[in-house]
Amino acid sequence: MSTPAIEIEHLSKVYPYGFLNLKKKRSLEDLSMRVDTGEVFGFLGPNGAGKSTTIKLLMRLIFPDGGSARILGKSIDDVSMHQETGYLPEQPYFYDYLTAAEVLNYFARFHGLTATDRHTRVENMLKKVGLETAGKIQLRKYSKGMLQRVGLAQAILHDPQVVILDEPMSGLDPLGRREVRDIILELKKEGRAVLFSTHILSDAEMLCDRVGVIVGGKLRGVGTPGEMVGIKTQGMEILFEVAEGKNLPLLAKATRTGERYRVQMPEEELYGAVDQLRGAGARIHSVTQIKPTLEEFFMNLVEADRAQANAVEVSGK
Amino acid sequence: MKNVWTVAANTFREAVRDRVLYNLVFFALLMMGAAILVGQISIGIEESVIVSLGLTAISVIGLFIAVFIGVGLVSKEMDKRTLYALLAKPVERWEFLLGKFCGLVMTLTVNTAAMAVGLYLALWTVKHTLEKSDAWILVAVYLILLKLALIVALALLFSCFTTSFLAILFTAGIYVAGLFAGDLRAIKAVDLSAGAMNLMKGVSYLLPNFENFNVMGAVAHGRAVPEALVAQATLYAVVYGAVVLAAAAAIFSRRNLK
Repeated sequence: MSTPAIEIEHLSKVYPYGFLNLKKKRSLEDLSMRVDTGEVFGFLGPNGAGKSTTIKLLMRLIFPDGGSARILGKSIDDVSMHQETGYLPEQPYFYDYLTAAEVLNYFARFHGLTATDRHTRVENMLKKVGLETAGKIQLRKYSKGMLQRVGLAQAILHDPQVVILDEPMSGLDPLGRREVRDIILELKKEGRAVLFSTHILSDAEMLCDRVGVIVGGKLRGVGTPGEMVGIKTQGMEILFEVAEGKNLPLLAKATRTGERYRVQMPEEELYGAVDQLRGAGARIHSVTQIKPTLEEFFMNLVEADRAQANAVEVSGK
Repeated sequence: MKNVWTVAANTFREAVRDRVLYNLVFFALLMMGAAILVGQISIGIEESVIVSLGLTAISVIGLFIAVFIGVGLVSKEMDKRTLYALLAKPVERWEFLLGKFCGLVMTLTVNTAAMAVGLYLALWTVKHTLEKSDAWILVAVYLILLKLALIVALALLFSCFTTSFLAILFTAGIYVAGLFAGDLRAIKAVDLSAGAMNLMKGVSYLLPNFENFNVMGAVAHGRAVPEALVAQATLYAVVYGAVVLAAAAAIFSRRNLK
């Protein structure tokens, strides 16, 4: 069995707050999960769920109150694990007195790259993230989306095997989002592991091999987007057109949009309905399975969590 | 040490691009004004007035840079979150801290050296010549630089565990208290209990004794500075600075970023 790209065991984090920091908020509770090599893993959760906390713990920007984690088999306490790891912080901000090329060159130095190598990589990376014409402008003149691109460039500049991206689509226009999606897919193609956090579910459905859903500091489930929402079909939907004046019992349950009717039914009633429509000379446009979306699954978890919100906040522990 | 140098060079670049060295214009104007004025109003003491004024300006300007920029070295990076991407590179936190320290000390060295040149120019304008004893000015400037490096280390230490505002207050407070550290040790005739006297003595030895670095009076009057004093002050600054930086690194290495 190969070494997992990221392995997290019973990680927890408590933040003190209030007067003299006497109150405590549990931000992460006993989180265990793994991300395999070559896998794109989506870390889903609403704002404040614990996604960024987990990522910051992995990057040693904050320290856990319990548990441990390894990246490519190396403990996160070992600073050399950063050699094979790339990280994009949420809403990244860099030295605004530097140009994009200078920032990338500066970060590349910590990876021990030679001057020639740095120069080539910086140029290629600026091109890759669409900043080749803005590379010599100081970052203080950059928009939020452009800074996000610089952030992405510095995260993958040194060809890391594991790439951790905190809200990589944040602040990007549709074109930028598509470019980031392409970069993530390209990283996957190259065999790298990507862990990215998001609350945009369509991105996760589109890109991820597996997703983990975190709500209220607790991991609520890990699996493929399909597994997460369940493979059981909730019913069937028929889209059809039928001439005016036809007396069809099915029409009583249907919704009309323009010339077309849409009707939903349990799977076992499908063939009866199709026979009925054929008998009436209706034109069937489509028959589709009704499955819950990741969004519905996600919203159900969030609602359930809100119902027991008092369990998340603990004081005096 | 390569990482330390990379951070230091970038810190120096930041100071240059943020126009920190523009204070030199103020210093140049002050020295030019003083040279013109001193020539007209003082008789026989032009040299000592110029040297005293120049060394005081070098010390005060350096002090402002050391405290205000020193406190911001780490806290600004944490507030703006520029530190996040950097600490996700193969860099130890102590390397970052030491790099920041060295970068500001480099800035102060360039700044102080430029001001020293300005002081010599002002002196030459007044005397139309430079003597061998004027070389002691360089020793005074060196000791000022040691003092400033110590202040940067203290500013870094405080900014590692408190807010910028409090870190400025603490650094300035320690500086002022440190100027009187020698006096605290010398107090004898006060009606205090033995315990209180010992406590005061203990505190006086903990405080950085900034008077160790003050040779302005002697240099302004053309007197030599004993070599032993320079060696002792250097050793004191190195040891005290190393302890303060080690404490800062220990605190920062476990600090949770926001």
